[in-house]
Amino acid sequence: MLEKLAQIEKEALESLAAVEDEAALESWRVANIGRSSPVMNVFSQMGGLSKEERPLVGQRANQVKVAIEAAFAEKAAAIKDAALQKSLTGEKLDVTLPGRAFHHGRLHPATQNLRRVLAILAEMGFQVYTSRDVESDEYNFQLLNIPPHHPAREMQDTFYIDTSATDEAEKQVLRTHTSPGQIRAMRQFSAENPDNPPPIRIALPGMCYRFEQITARSEVQFYQVEGLVVGENITLGDLKGTLSEFARRMFGRQAKTRFRADHFPFTEPSAEMDVECFVCGGSGCPVCKKSGWLEILGCGMVHPTVLQNGGYDPARYSGFAFGMGPERQLMLRHKINDIRYIWGNDIRFLEQF
Amino acid sequence: MKLPLSWLQDFVHLSDLEAVDIARLLTMAGMEVEDIQIAGLPMPSRDDHGFKVSGITWDKEKIVVAEISAVNPHPNADRLTLCELFDGQVNHTVLTGAPNLFPFKGLGKLEKPIKVAYAKEGAQIYDGHADGLVLTTLKRAKIRGVESYSMVCSEKELGISEEHEGVIFLDEDAPTGMPLADYMGDAVLEVKINPNMARNANVLGIARELAALTGRELRKPTMDDGQWTDDTVNGLSSLVKIEIANPELNPRFTLGLIRDVEIKPSPYWVQRRLRAAGMRPISNIVDATNYTMLEIGEPLHAFDYDVLVGRVANPSGSVVISTRTAQPGEKLTTLDNVERTLTESNVLVCDSAGPISLAGVMGGAETEVSDKTVNILLEAAAWNFINIRRTANQHNLPSEASFRFSRGVHPDVALDGLKRCLYWMSQWSGGKIAPGIVDNYPLPPKTPVVEITAKDIKRALGVEIPLEKAQELLERLEFACQITNHQLQVTPPPFRMDIGEGIIGKADVMEEIARLYGYDNIPETLMADPLPPQRGNPGLEAENRLRDLLAALGLQEIITHRMTAPEIENRLLPPNSEVSNIEYVKLANAIAPEKRVLRRSLLSSVLNVVERNARLRESLAMFEIGSVYIPNPGQLPDEPRRLSIAITGRRYESAWDTKVGVKVDFYDLKGILEALMDALHLDVTYTPAEHPSFHPGKCAAVVLNGSSLGVFGELHPLVQENYDFVSPVLAAEFDLEAVLAAVPPGYPIRPVSEFPPVLEDIAVIVDEVLPADRVEALIKQTGGKMLESVHLFDVFRSEQIGAGKKSLAYALTYRSYEGTLTDKDAAGIRSRIIKRLENELGAKLRS
Ligand SMILES: [Zn+2]
Repeated sequence: MLEKLAQIEKEALESLAAVEDEAALESWRVANIGRSSPVMNVFSQMGGLSKEERPLVGQRANQVKVAIEAAFAEKAAAIKDAALQKSLTGEKLDVTLPGRAFHHGRLHPATQNLRRVLAILAEMGFQVYTSRDVESDEYNFQLLNIPPHHPAREMQDTFYIDTSATDEAEKQVLRTHTSPGQIRAMRQFSAENPDNPPPIRIALPGMCYRFEQITARSEVQFYQVEGLVVGENITLGDLKGTLSEFARRMFGRQAKTRFRADHFPFTEPSAEMDVECFVCGGSGCPVCKKSGWLEILGCGMVHPTVLQNGGYDPARYSGFAFGMGPERQLMLRHKINDIRYIWGNDIRFLEQF
Repeated sequence: MKLPLSWLQDFVHLSDLEAVDIARLLTMAGMEVEDIQIAGLPMPSRDDHGFKVSGITWDKEKIVVAEISAVNPHPNADRLTLCELFDGQVNHTVLTGAPNLFPFKGLGKLEKPIKVAYAKEGAQIYDGHADGLVLTTLKRAKIRGVESYSMVCSEKELGISEEHEGVIFLDEDAPTGMPLADYMGDAVLEVKINPNMARNANVLGIARELAALTGRELRKPTMDDGQWTDDTVNGLSSLVKIEIANPELNPRFTLGLIRDVEIKPSPYWVQRRLRAAGMRPISNIVDATNYTMLEIGEPLHAFDYDVLVGRVANPSGSVVISTRTAQPGEKLTTLDNVERTLTESNVLVCDSAGPISLAGVMGGAETEVSDKTVNILLEAAAWNFINIRRTANQHNLPSEASFRFSRGVHPDVALDGLKRCLYWMSQWSGGKIAPGIVDNYPLPPKTPVVEITAKDIKRALGVEIPLEKAQELLERLEFACQITNHQLQVTPPPFRMDIGEGIIGKADVMEEIARLYGYDNIPETLMADPLPPQRGNPGLEAENRLRDLLAALGLQEIITHRMTAPEIENRLLPPNSEVSNIEYVKLANAIAPEKRVLRRSLLSSVLNVVERNARLRESLAMFEIGSVYIPNPGQLPDEPRRLSIAITGRRYESAWDTKVGVKVDFYDLKGILEALMDALHLDVTYTPAEHPSFHPGKCAAVVLNGSSLGVFGELHPLVQENYDFVSPVLAAEFDLEAVLAAVPPGYPIRPVSEFPPVLEDIAVIVDEVLPADRVEALIKQTGGKMLESVHLFDVFRSEQIGAGKKSLAYALTYRSYEGTLTDKDAAGIRSRIIKRLENELGAKLRS
């Protein structure tokens, strides 16, 4: 029996030497250490041995098993190591082949830009107030101090809705600016407490419409963002300070602003805020049309008539308002020279944002 | 408005300022300078000029005033002449082809030399024969055998105007030898006149602003150059009467008379200024009306007095001028020789024989000034600006006069205009101004008085400006001011109609103080008022969250035009569908037929964009969120928000190792929607639905608590054919208001169990028509809280299973929160599930 064990050990180790891969190693393992392997058979035949032989054979069989297992472990490690070496040296990808396409969605650039503007305004305490697209003449014009036949409302600028209304105030228009929202907001808030209306600080984003042909430079619809502040101590100095701060947040801390007089029927005094051209730094370039300044927004102190129409007594309250076209900032920032890209929704354009 | 600097300098000293400095002053004060055209003066000295500047500088050495003493024929060319010219130092023989020198050819030595603008050899001017403005330098050359090295110039060659018909004949008093730049070098500012600045649509107005902005003296033109009081027997009031029917429409009408005029061209300096300001010189009399209008802002109209007298055949020479509204259908031939049919809103100037002018807009042809005119009756009047605006639009007659009248000209300016114009007429025509002026002024505007305190200024502008300082600033603009009891009383000057009363007048005056004080000088402050209550905008916040989710799910957001056409939206229906009378919000003035209504369907907008992009990418997934517009008779339309989605093309894009992939189908879109609904925490169900745009068997409604939030499906094959798509399109449209209203304000989460699961698959055979969600619902209901998840992993049909049957295979996960489940626990649940599936749905367990 002991000779047989020596034979088993010898044969097992000899056959192991020939093993070269994992598959061969596994069949070797089943044949030499598995449940029905020769060495295991010796254990199962122990019952037929004499009392004297049993401990000797048992001890020897154990030694053989341990030796075979140790040899297996060594061989397994060697094979694994060889396989690893082969993999590390043999497998070499062309890392320049393209990856598999993975799609993420995107927000429209106008949405991204609008959010940026609104986020800055929100940090400055301006809450978003939204209102409707189709407005009455009264809200779009008259309550904003633009009576019928005012030069600011030439027919060619406004889209009118085909209605049977004969009363001028009830005629319907596509809003030409988000300013009717100023009246809606003021009326809503002042109705909450007519004797003591609350102060206001809101941003009014929305799509606006102008009767124009669609060309590289003009569109029939555009986003506008207005701001409205109403309170008991709001001054032109506050307007300047607040909007310059907005410009610094929008265009960088170094942004330089200037305010020049302008005219809007719903504000007085009115101004245009220019920001020093961030393309040329003010020395003049095609973007700023050699002026060194970019027109960014129109603004002014809310006209007393407008405050009155909103339910705020102009003797007690004052305020300022401003309005800007965020698409213009988008176009400046990304050097877009054709405004039709914005609502054209060409995937080749949209995918770049 | 185009303003020559030389003209402004008639009224305010500016010669020490560069054109760009003047432009900056005006721009900052609300009169934006859009363009600077240099004609002779030096170009701006600095690089950072900040304005669009173009034009030409006249070299002082090389371009001078010269005189031609004789015009001789060219020996070899009929159309050329040789001029004997003296440039103040040297005599030259100068070759020209100018047609206006032809009449002098061969006359020998001229009685009076002709003064011209002379460019010497090496001078830089514009090429008169080139299209547009091309700079050229004069060089020595031989033309038809005669040497030429210099030139007598046209306006175009000097950059004054487009004029190149002949050379400039300067006025006789032009000093020979003087550098032309010193004599008439100029720069023209193009200034945008805002509606509130209508008073400044003239040279004097802008000069007044510049004087105020620089603190300089305004040299107003004198109006005392005529005999205005009517103290003679033959005074004007005995000849002319004025009757005004409606003072609201015609608050003032004035007339003056000038006799024995000689109709001829105006002096050159007048012609040059008119052309620089954008008007064509015509004759001294017409030019005087235009010149005065540009100079002080009052549009004027000159009648041939003798024609008027002849019309009424009145030997005494007396004329009655009346103003009234037109009879409907009444006709007048205006001086552009167009017979115009009038309506009763048009105001007419008439004599006893009928209409002679369309008031404030255009004169009549019959009574206009001609070459033969000798005596001129001159009108200066005031009109209702709304009425003029309407009439000018109605007859499509925009003009310099109607531009001014339709923005408002103060009636007080009429008299100044009349006097000034008569003065210029007498200067340029040799005519004699008849004594007296007839002035009918039934409705002078009310002059407001505005009261301002120092506190008002501080409150509005945020800066302390003493009342004395405010007074000084306002007086520069000719406001009459008086301080009493710490109150500044302000009366606007008699040419301004933009200052209101009371609190509005305060704002109006405050703007003037701010403009002159300088916006730049007002310190920047941050609001001292407390932050108002923060309200938020939940509707917009929810909408934004939805946008983010859809982008996170791989969809591209689009934003389309709100304007469309019914036939574009009808592409959503199979051809020959019965289109019921769908009402749209229609535009009264559409820019194009395909943009004549506001959209009712967002889906249509999205499909249009998918169609345009269909060939650009293997797959597309797009969404839009926005309003549609539903008419609401007698009221503003409803503007409900919608969400629309469309996907098409390959499920996976092909790559170098994965070739053509399968195309997206119903379940791809459903997967997106499930993820979306899950993210919104909306526990919706999907039920078969019908919609004309979708395939009847591939369309579902998304239902929450029994009501539909939206529909989706595969486009109906016939609808698909209405578009130029490459692959089947799956689309959805949701009522966004309903979706967002249903989003719960908060939601609880399930705890996570620490115990191991028991995993098991079951497959059941059911009738083909049985909706899968009923099987899953029953499994979930029966499994109770121990059944953590149910995942359908296979749907299988075969002959072996039998026709009309399908096998549904589910992976079930059992798990407890209290302890480790045993196989025995799981088997119990499983047998209950199987039993109910068999009993209630007729399912058979597949072995
Ligand atoms: Zn620039």
